[in-house]
Parts: sequence; C-alpha cells; structure tokens
Amino acid sequence: MAAPVSLLVEFGGGAELLFDGIKKHQVTLPCQQEPWDIRNLLKWIKQNLLKERPELFIQGDTVRPGILVLINDADWELMGELDYKLQDQDNVVFISTLHGG
Amino acid sequence: MQTELFPGSVYLERGRACFREYFVHKFRAMLGKNRVIFPGEKVLLALSGGPSSSSMLRQVQEGLSRETAKRLRFVPGVIYVDEGAVCKQSPGEREDTLTQMQALLQASGFPHHLIHLEEVFKLPSSILQRVPHAPSPPESSYKVAVEGFIHQQRRGVAGTGDTVAPEGQVQERLAVLSMQEGAAASPGGLLPDSALTEELRRLFGAVTTLTAKEELLQMLRTHLILHTARTQGYSKVMMGDSCTRVAVKLLTNLSLGRGAFLALDTGFMDDRHGDVVVVRPMREYTAKEVAFYNRLFGVPTVFMPALDTKVLEKPSIHRLVERFLYALQAEFPSTVSTVYRTGEKLSATLADTTAKPEHCLLCLCVLDTSVVEGSTLQALLISEELSQKRPLDLPPARGGCCAGAGAHRCCGSPPASGTRARADFLPLLCYGCRLTIKDMTCLEPLPPYIWSEAERRRRRAAIKQEIQEYLLEDEAAEPKS
Repeated sequence: MAAPVSLLVEFGGGAELLFDGIKKHQVTLPCQQEPWDIRNLLKWIKQNLLKERPELFIQGDTVRPGILVLINDADWELMGELDYKLQDQDNVVFISTLHGG
Repeated sequence: MQTELFPGSVYLERGRACFREYFVHKFRAMLGKNRVIFPGEKVLLALSGGPSSSSMLRQVQEGLSRETAKRLRFVPGVIYVDEGAVCKQSPGEREDTLTQMQALLQASGFPHHLIHLEEVFKLPSSILQRVPHAPSPPESSYKVAVEGFIHQQRRGVAGTGDTVAPEGQVQERLAVLSMQEGAAASPGGLLPDSALTEELRRLFGAVTTLTAKEELLQMLRTHLILHTARTQGYSKVMMGDSCTRVAVKLLTNLSLGRGAFLALDTGFMDDRHGDVVVVRPMREYTAKEVAFYNRLFGVPTVFMPALDTKVLEKPSIHRLVERFLYALQAEFPSTVSTVYRTGEKLSATLADTTAKPEHCLLCLCVLDTSVVEGSTLQALLISEELSQKRPLDLPPARGGCCAGAGAHRCCGSPPASGTRARADFLPLLCYGCRLTIKDMTCLEPLPPYIWSEAERRRRRAAIKQEIQEYLLEDEAAEPKS
C-alpha cells in the first residue's frame, strides 16, 4: 500500500501548452496498491492533467524524446528514470527542448 | 580541478558549482579560441526568448561583470524579432508575449531593439547586397588590440564610444534608445500596423509547405537582424544555436539542397554578408546542458509558439530531422555530438572560377547552380522539364502576375511587368532557395526590397549581355607587331 504522495510537478520549454498553459501543479497522488514511481506518475498525468494531444508528451510508457525530466533538480537518468520511487514533497520538472515546444 | 561531465549528468550540490564553472568557461573559451571579436567591438545578441539565446545573454552579462583581466571586452546590444503575426498568436497573446519580452530586454541592462517581422516591408534592397569587408586582421593584431585596450582602461579613458560603458552610462544610453524604438514602432501600443500584419499573413499564406515557410521565416528574420546591425553600427551578431540545434540544422540543410553552404550555415563564423559577421558561441552546448543551466541558475525565458507548434501531421523537414535525431539520441547518446563533430570538419572553400562569383539573391551564398555536364543538378533540371506539361519559361506577357506553373488561383492583382515572371526570378537563386520559392503559389506578396534587388540584378545582367557583343573575343586579339 502506498501512502498518498504530495508533489510539485512543473512544465517548461513549451510543454506547459499541453496543460492549459499552467507551469506549476501542486498534486496529491491518491493512496493505491502499487508504489508511486515515475512510470505510474506518467500514467496519472496522462489521465488527470494532460488537456490535449497526449502523443506530444508521452511516447509508449515514457516521455517523448526531447523532453527532459528533472527530479529534485537532478537528471532522472541518475535517479533510475521510470523506476524512481516518488517521495512525499518531491519536485518533478518536465522541460521540452524541442523547437517550438 | 578537472570535472568530467557526460551529457546529461549533473552532480548534485558540489557539482552545481563545478557545472557553473564549466558552463561559463566554455563560453569564454569559445570566444577566446576563435578570436574574432575584438575589444570594444559592438556585438548584437539575437534573443528569441528561447533557452539557448537566453542562456547566451546570461553568459555575456556574467562575462562582462567579472573584475578580472579575463573580462569580456565587447559592447553588447540585444535584439528581439517579434514573429507573432505568423505564429498563430491572437493579438492578446501577442501583446502578452511582447510585454514579457520588453521586460526581459530592459532587464538585460544593454541597449535593446524590438523589431516586428512586419518591418520586412520597409527594408531597403541594399540589405541583399554583399558589402565587402576589410580583410581580417592577422593573429598578432588581436593580442595587440587586447593589450592596447587594457592599457586604455587602466589609464581611465572612459566615455568614448568604444569602451565598455559603466553602469550609469549604459542606463542613459538605454533610455535614449528606448525612446528611439518607441518612435519607430506604431503609435497604437505594442503591436505594429495591422495592414502590414495582413500583408505578412498573405505572404506566408502563399507558401504551401511548412518547410518552405520555415526557410522563408529564417531568411526574413536574418535580413531584419542584419539591417539593425548595419544601421546601429554593430559589426558582429551572436546567434544562440545550441549543439543540438546545429546538428539538426546540418542534416536538415543537406535535405534542403543546401549542402554547399553547410560550413556557413552551421559553423562558428558566418561572413556571407561581408561587413556584419554572424557568430554562434553556443554551438558546443547541448540543449540539455542549456536547459539544466537555465533551471539551476534561474535564467528567464519566454516561450514562443513556432510555426508548427502542436502540429504532428505533415511536419516540415526541420521537424522530421529533429524528431529523427532526438529519437536516435535516446538510444545512442553520442549521435548529436557525432553529427556536430562531422560538421566541424567542414570549411568554406572558394569556388575555383576565374569570374567573380554570383551570390544568391536571398541567402547571399555563392551560387551553386552552374549546370555542369553530368552533374546531379543537370539531371534534376532535365527530369523536371520532362515532367512538366508545359515548358518552364512562360512568356511574360501572359495575363496574371504569377506566371507560375500549376498556380490554381492568381493573387488577383493586375498583370505586372515581365520582371515578375518566375522564370526571371529563379536563376538569381541558389538551389536551396529555388526549392523554397517553388513552394510558393504566388510570388507577388514578397516584400518590395526583394523585388527591387531582383530587378536591379536582372537589369545589370541584361546590360552585361548587351555590351558582351562589343567586347573583343580572346581569339580575336590583335597580333603583336
């Protein structure tokens, strides 16, 4: 059982266009059976935050190539990418480095 | 302390300081290594609001403020080109973006220029003429210039136009320039005259493919920046292309038939305009490094939608190549750097013709369209002619201004003079620019400066043709007595 997790999710570099232009989202992930990791977070974002064109943000079960992911200001590659287990009060940032977002 | 950094990895806490040093050092090393920017020179920074150019601005600010002998020594100005008219922004959104950019420009602390894309309709045709510049001074004179400059500074010689002005003087100049810019812009607030906006939209509306639109936009933007640089006395322009962007541009331009100009289009230095030289100091930073730096050190950016934001279908060649490279990079992390390093090996070579080379009307590169027997270009032209239902050169007296093959709908303007025929226009362009123009249904909406220059060149070529008959042939040289 995973306890509810409170996160600050941010979008930049044009990615915010897909989220109603809102850059910062304070979210609380609900209690659930599986632990919260980035993989599940992405699914949650797709269902609950993404307003349009999911294919511009998510490709398969990961982010589209060109979108940088930072966890607490560190590259997610150092933290285990999709398998990183989210902690309460974590800060996850998605920055698009693609031209025109 | 040597810190080795792999693409995308940032060591936490202590590493943050290392990363900053590495990032800042790379910028100065880039300028120092190439030695093209002389002390006291006026350099125009092209700001797009995007991450790379914003980071570049920050590097310049940091570089100028250091109290060491290694301080950067040039005099910067900043320019922003507002492209809101063609980027699907509503007037409200456009005003919003402009307000943000104004604030950013003012906060930079440098003289700034905010130009609207609509101003292409007021450009002089001289912008398309290559101005020969003085031959670049030899290596030793760079050192001499730097030493001389330091001496000047130590003796306290300030207030001349060339020295780096202290804070107060910069603020003063800023105020003066802002007023000048205010007078230049339209009276009704931030946005330019809506009639010009309409003309601009009509121009882009006449372009059928996204690829050609991108190319046209880049062209117009470059001309505007060049014009500002020339009129305001800047001899250098800094563009913020990152390593990733340069790699994408390299492959894109190959696909666009601009292979002959890769060194100019992607290299550190681009001197095709002659007097104003474009440099790309950010070309060794990957997009990822830039994004990290901006995030960690709070570099402000303003996001601008592009021509094809949120569009996945029928993408331009630019977007396709970008997608391809990024996808490949995800699997093979050395992709971008490999493409970049290969590009570094390219250098501009002089055409080996005895005659003075002609330059493309639009991009000012040396024309690469002399049809050599057995060349690819010849093959392309032949197959093009064969696949046309009608011959390529239509008589200019035909009704309608476009005289373009396959144009379904004329732009509606009355029949113009023969010079507006496509057949006259195309030979003035390099292969890559011809492809862009071919994707236009109607050439009439092109800005006046392009037509004036085209007419001038056409007339000059016609005169040359006439006097050719009166020139003595080599074989008919008088026998020596």
